[in-house]
Amino acid sequence: MSTRALYLAVVPAYNESATIVDVIEALRRDAPEFDTLVVDDGSTDSTDLLAQAAGARVLKLPFNVGIGGAVQTGFVYAREHGYDFLAQVDGDGQHDAEELERLIATMKEDDVDVVCGSRFLTDDHRYPAPISRRTGIHIFAFLLSRIVGTRVSDPTSGFRLYNRRAIELFAFDYPHDYPEVEAVLILYHHHLRMRETPVRMYTRGGGISSISTGKSAYYMVKVLLALFVGLGRRRPVIDLSDV
Amino acid sequence: MLLLTVLELVRRRRLMERYALLWLLSAVVLLALAIWSSALASISHAIGVIYPPNALFFIAIGFILLLLLHFSSAVSRLSDQTETLAQRQALLDERLRLQEEPTDDIQPERGAEAEAEAELEGKPLDLAQRHLD
Repeated sequence: MSTRALYLAVVPAYNESATIVDVIEALRRDAPEFDTLVVDDGSTDSTDLLAQAAGARVLKLPFNVGIGGAVQTGFVYAREHGYDFLAQVDGDGQHDAEELERLIATMKEDDVDVVCGSRFLTDDHRYPAPISRRTGIHIFAFLLSRIVGTRVSDPTSGFRLYNRRAIELFAFDYPHDYPEVEAVLILYHHHLRMRETPVRMYTRGGGISSISTGKSAYYMVKVLLALFVGLGRRRPVIDLSDV
Repeated sequence: MLLLTVLELVRRRRLMERYALLWLLSAVVLLALAIWSSALASISHAIGVIYPPNALFFIAIGFILLLLLHFSSAVSRLSDQTETLAQRQALLDERLRLQEEPTDDIQPERGAEAEAEAELEGKPLDLAQRHLD
């Protein structure tokens, strides 16, 4: 084993042919220490071919399994290929590859297992989310902060960096539909530490969000249900001490 | 009638025993209650239903709800397993592709790019042909 740490950037993508190449190129340019893995979640366009041509590794799921299943595939890949750190970056250009450095720095400084990029901790408001979306996020943030006992400002952010322990955990158990909020809860259950760090986020470069307006209500109800049921659920605590 | 159908399906292996048990149980109970009307009468009296056949319907609905719940849980488990299979398939697929293109390791940039471009060019044609068909 080499002593150099291995970094993997996982980009879940569903019909992101408009932006995927830019995302991969930005990762190469601004975060060259990362290997890029695109998880194509059963796209019907040429997302997988474009990603391959752009030099990324591609896992193509045979059908759409949802964002949670796609990201989990990345965790399993990282686990089996011995990566030390995994960054999750959206395929729609919302996240800025330059900010990965800051996530890494935060992880090392604070000695935590997961660092989550928060769009609400920064004064740089380049993320004009609709008010309804923001309200929903703040409700989750409030509930989640109460439950886990530390302030979580942006629980729906999918811009995260995980270390080896978190990779092991999520390769084994990751939520299905809208995973980000529940994932924080799972971390808490397993006594893994999480910190937030301010990041810039952009509006989507193209394609359509996985959360359309019609689905927002379902999203709210589903995540709330998951939050409250998750409280009472006894999750199998896997042994992470030797990782 | 229902009872016989269930048994026949199990015999033909169209229905796994695991799922048949609940069906059999409900069929037997409902049939017994329908035939043995004095028992039904005492049950309906006990739960405060004036007209005994209504109690039978009530019990039947209870069984139906139970069966539906059973199916929901079965479907949940199946979709969970399907997802795991899809993930494994994607991982194996990638590993296989790497094995089949060993030249990619030597010249990763050119080889992959040229090939993907060729595939991209081929795609619209394929689609057009399919439309013609």
